[in-house]
Amino acid sequence: MKKNLKYNLTWLAIMVVGYVVINLLEFVGVIDQFGENTMVLIGINIILATGLNLIIGFSGQFSLGHAGFMAIGAYVCALITSSISTPMGMAIGMIAGAAVSALVALIVGIPTLRLDGDYLAIATMGVAEIIRIILNNLKITNGPAGLYNIPLLATWPVVYLMVCVTTLIIVNFIHSRDGRAVMSVRENEIASESMGVNTTKWKVLAFVIGAATAAIGGALHANYIQTIAPTDFGIMESINILIIVVLGGIGSITGTFVAAAVLGLLDMILQNFGTLRMVLYSLALILLMVFKPSGLLGTWEFSVRNLFNRFTKSKQKGDA
Amino acid sequence: MLLEVEDLSVNYGVIQAVKGVSFKVNEGEIVSLIGANGAGKTTILKTISGLMKPSGGKIVYEGHEIQKQKSQKIVAGGISQVPEGRRIFAGLTVLENLQMGAFLRKDRDGLKKDYQEVFERFPVLRERKNQDAATLSGGEQQMLAMGRALTAKPKLLLMDEPSMGLAPIFINEIFDIIQAIKQQGTTVLLIEQNASKALAIADRGYVLATGNILMTGTGQELLANEDVQKAYLGG
Ligand SMILES: Nc1ncnc2c1ncn2[C@@H]1O[C@H](COP(=O)(O)OP(=O)(O)OP(=O)(O)O)[C@@H](O)[C@H]1O
Ligand SMILES: [Mg+2]
Repeated sequence: MKKNLKYNLTWLAIMVVGYVVINLLEFVGVIDQFGENTMVLIGINIILATGLNLIIGFSGQFSLGHAGFMAIGAYVCALITSSISTPMGMAIGMIAGAAVSALVALIVGIPTLRLDGDYLAIATMGVAEIIRIILNNLKITNGPAGLYNIPLLATWPVVYLMVCVTTLIIVNFIHSRDGRAVMSVRENEIASESMGVNTTKWKVLAFVIGAATAAIGGALHANYIQTIAPTDFGIMESINILIIVVLGGIGSITGTFVAAAVLGLLDMILQNFGTLRMVLYSLALILLMVFKPSGLLGTWEFSVRNLFNRFTKSKQKGDA
Repeated sequence: MLLEVEDLSVNYGVIQAVKGVSFKVNEGEIVSLIGANGAGKTTILKTISGLMKPSGGKIVYEGHEIQKQKSQKIVAGGISQVPEGRRIFAGLTVLENLQMGAFLRKDRDGLKKDYQEVFERFPVLRERKNQDAATLSGGEQQMLAMGRALTAKPKLLLMDEPSMGLAPIFINEIFDIIQAIKQQGTTVLLIEQNASKALAIADRGYVLATGNILMTGTGQELLANEDVQKAYLGG
């Protein structure tokens, strides 16, 4: 417990330093407005993909419905901030969006997470599609036209803060007794059950946390782009998030960060290539997957704990 | 009596794998259940641990019927198992595997000491503590599976062919360890195809064939029995 506090405080310090450094770079002009936009989009993608990585990489359940939960967060937060256009409204919107999304995930997760592999992928895709169709037909969501004039509340500091918060929560979850239970289910469901693990419960829990995270990402998306429509949350969006997870390495949060950043920068650079952009983007993906099929980082994880251990070890050697 | 199985029947769809089996395990014993491939040994063990539900009969543990209970409750009651084929958590570290063994334990204080005990019994696990379990050799994985079951502090330990696929020197070590586990007061129900070794360390044994108990006796009696020798000891 005490040790975890030490690691978390270290992470917190790294995050604060990161924030100061980025702001300094903006101040001296290394990062311009365009750069900041890219960072916001990367940040939102990190949040979306970290949640999906928890589901796919750590609990071992395949989901193609992440965009559905993202949509729930986007719409709930957009509606709330449209009437309360303050940072407080944004906070309420994100919490409410995450809560609704978690509830929906709980309801659909209990029956669908009994399915395996391909069936689960199809079922989650269906869930996302149902969510999209509901949004398309409700009055409050303004049907196919969607919502616009959503206040710009997902500023760079807010997005940065939420990246830190969601990552800290998910990483701490993974390293807890609960996270171990989730991973044991991924490794071997029968063995896990024979250790007394209620496998359905832990699969559903990981799914619910992942869905809540997706909703936070969706909320930030809505309040940054300022217009949303049901078509934004189709299967292609789920696949875009999946690509980040796979590219970074399934089961590596560090990989998710790197992949989101690489893809974000790639996208920024390719902006000037017009229609060729999608071709080059796809080509880059194919090449990466051919030469690094386990993703950029495999399951490697940057860990302050290992850093500490290495440091104390070399110190002991130095003493001796 | 710690465990009593009465007239147990278990089906896979229309296939009846266990056909009215009865046996018992007293506290402090090693009881060996031997039988050829497909006799129903694994099925019996899975049913005791709650992973399968019987179609008939009773399983009485510490005076309570448990055949309808969920596996979580059965594990919490003190029955843990070393499953067939080890089934370690390959992507978790050795230590995390042991921690999973203790998943349901309420007395978190004693845990550190118990991990130490497991490490003393299986020193190779200590050396590999922070490695992925997938990197262990087959014999080491078997030790991990046993260590993992022991960190649950079971009253009754179920073992399904712990010697499977191991070199003779490892097999001897495994059987020594099973005896040591008994010395410490844990009751063992051992399932084995290696009948000579399993009967040699057993207080009592049962011979199972196609879902029925054929014979029972002390370990030594069964070892000396001609039919058993012919069928299972290559004699
Ligand atoms: N999942 C299953 N579906 C259908 N039949 C099964 C299943 N598992 C086992 N059986 C059948 O049940 C019978 C008993 O199997 P069981 O695994 O209990 O045997 P065993 O004594 O453990 O054999 P072994 O020594 O080979 O492990 C066999 O005839 C087997 O084919
Ligand atoms: Mg078997």
